[in-house]
Amino acid sequence: MSQAEQDLYQEVVLEHKRAPRNYGHLAHPTHQAEGTNPSCGDRIAVELALEHGTVRDIAFTGQGCAICMASTSMMTEAVKGREVAAAQALQQHFRAVLTGEEAPEAAPLGKLVSLAGVRQYPSRIKCALLGWHALMHAIAAPQGAAPATTPPEVQP
Amino acid sequence: MADNPIAPLPAEALRAQFPVLAQSIHGQPLAYLDNAATTQMPLPVLAALQQFETTQRANIHRGVHTLSQRATDAFEQARATLKQFIGAQAEHELVFTSGTTEALNLVAQGLWAAGPGQAWLRPGDRIIVSGLEHHANLLPWQQAARLSGAELAILKPDGAGRLHAGDLAALLTPRTRVFALTACANASGERPPYEALLAQAAQAGALTVLDAAQAVAHDTPVLTRLDCDFLAFSGHKMYGPMGTGVLVGRRSALERLHPLRLGGDMVESTHWHTARFAGLPARLEGGTPHVAGAVGLAAAARFIDATGRAAIDAHVRALRALALQGLQGIPGITVLAPHATQAGLVSFVARGVHPHDIGTLLDERGIAVRTGHHCAQPLLEHLGLGPTTRASFALYNTEDEVRRLVQAVARAMEVLQ
Repeated sequence: MSQAEQDLYQEVVLEHKRAPRNYGHLAHPTHQAEGTNPSCGDRIAVELALEHGTVRDIAFTGQGCAICMASTSMMTEAVKGREVAAAQALQQHFRAVLTGEEAPEAAPLGKLVSLAGVRQYPSRIKCALLGWHALMHAIAAPQGAAPATTPPEVQP
Repeated sequence: MADNPIAPLPAEALRAQFPVLAQSIHGQPLAYLDNAATTQMPLPVLAALQQFETTQRANIHRGVHTLSQRATDAFEQARATLKQFIGAQAEHELVFTSGTTEALNLVAQGLWAAGPGQAWLRPGDRIIVSGLEHHANLLPWQQAARLSGAELAILKPDGAGRLHAGDLAALLTPRTRVFALTACANASGERPPYEALLAQAAQAGALTVLDAAQAVAHDTPVLTRLDCDFLAFSGHKMYGPMGTGVLVGRRSALERLHPLRLGGDMVESTHWHTARFAGLPARLEGGTPHVAGAVGLAAAARFIDATGRAAIDAHVRALRALALQGLQGIPGITVLAPHATQAGLVSFVARGVHPHDIGTLLDERGIAVRTGHHCAQPLLEHLGLGPTTRASFALYNTEDEVRRLVQAVARAMEVLQ
C-alpha cells in the first residue's frame, strides 16, 4: 500500500465517498449556498434548516473528488443538531489542522481526523474545504435567499 | 534524420537533452506526461536563451549602438525562422506575443476595438466558434460579441465530440465575419478536419482563426496549405520558453486589427492628440518584447526540425496508441475521442472515480498528468462528462512510461472504486 493510499484514502474516507451521508435536498431549507472549485468544475451545494441558532437539519448535493465528498459527508454528520457557533468552531479547527496551524491530535475533530493526512498534499486542501466553504456561506446567507455561488458569475 | 522510412527517435540521446527529466518524484523516476500543458526545454533552447542574455542583450529597434543592432538582428532572425517553420509566405506576417492566449485576445479585441464604423465587427454580425475550444478561444469571442453587438454562434460537436461540415454550413450566414477553431482540442484530443472547415468559412466571407496550441509540437499545420487568416501558438508547448508565442497570418487580415498595446516602438509619428501607427509587424508589438524568449522559441523550432517532424509525429502517435489500448483494457475507464489517432494526448473519465484522486495516486508514482476540466468546461458539459484525467506525450516520452501510466491507473481504480 502506498503512502497516499495509507494517509489520504483511509477506509473511512472511501466509505463516506461511496455512500455520502445527508446527500440530497431538504424540504424547507432556511439557508443555502454553493461552493465551486474553478480548476475542476467541482461544485458542492449545502442546504441548512437553522432554528434558534442550531443546525436542525443539513443536506448537500454536488460532485467532487473522494476527499471533497468524504469531507462534506462527515461535516454534515458532525454539525447536524449542533449549535451554529459549534459548527463554526469546528470549521476553524478543521481548517487549522489542514493548513498545519494545529496538530491533528490536539484538535477536537472526531471522525474528521481521518482527513488530517490531506495537510501533506497542499494541492488537495481546497478539495477538503469546499463543502465547508459552502457551509460557512450558507450560515452567513440571508434567510430564504437563493443559493449564492462563490465567486459570482461574470460576463466577460 | 531519414524521412523515408522513418527512423525511430534515439530515446536515450534525446532524453539527455532535457535535464529536467532526470529526477525522482516521491522516490520514483519522473514520468512527465503533462506535455499538453507545458513541454520541457532541451539544452539547445536553454543555450540560446543564455547566449542572448549573456552576449546580445540590449533593447531592439532603438539604439544605434552595436549591441542593440545585434539584439535586433537576433529578434528578426527568430521571426524569420518561425515564419519558415509554420510555412508562412510573402503574404504572411508573424507577430510575437506572450502566448496563444494573448494572440487570440489580440485578434478578438483587434476586430472590435477600433470602434463603431471602423471595426471589422459590426452590430448584427455573426461570430462562429467551435464547441471544442479552450476557454482562450471562447471568452475573447464572448466579449467581442458583447462589445461589438455581434452574435456568437457555437458550432457544437456531436455526442462523440466530432465537428461536421453540414453543421457549419447551417450556421454560416452572409453576416458571418469570423470563424474560430482549434487544430486539436486540448480537453479531448479531437482533431477536427480544420483544413476543410476553415476553407468552408472563408468561402462564406469570414475571417478564419486557428488555435494551433496543441498542434504545433507535432502534426504542425502548414500555413501555405490553409485558408487561414490568423494562426496562434505558444512557445512553451513546443519545447520553447514560457511566456512566448506567435500570431501569424495574412498581412491583409493582421492589418485589420486595432493594436492592443499602444506605446513605444509601434508608431510612425506621434503628436499631442494623435498618432499614426507603424506598419506590420511593429504596430502589433508595442513595448519591449520578450526578445530572449523569441530567440529561444526559434531555437525550439530548429530543434524540432533537426529531430525530424515525421519521426516525432510517428513517436507521439505510437505512444498515444499504446496508452489508448492499455487504458481501454481497464474496467470503468472511458477514453474521449478514441478515434483521434493524430492526437498527442489521451483524456479519460473513470466510472465513480474523480480525476483529482487518480492524479494524486499517479503523482505518488512519479507520473505527472493533468486533471480537471482543462479550461474547456462547456465542451465537457456538452458531452455529458465532468472533469477528466489527461496524459499527453512528447518526443522524450517512452513506452515504459506509458506502461507505468496504465498500471498506475489500474491500481488507482482498484483503490478508489
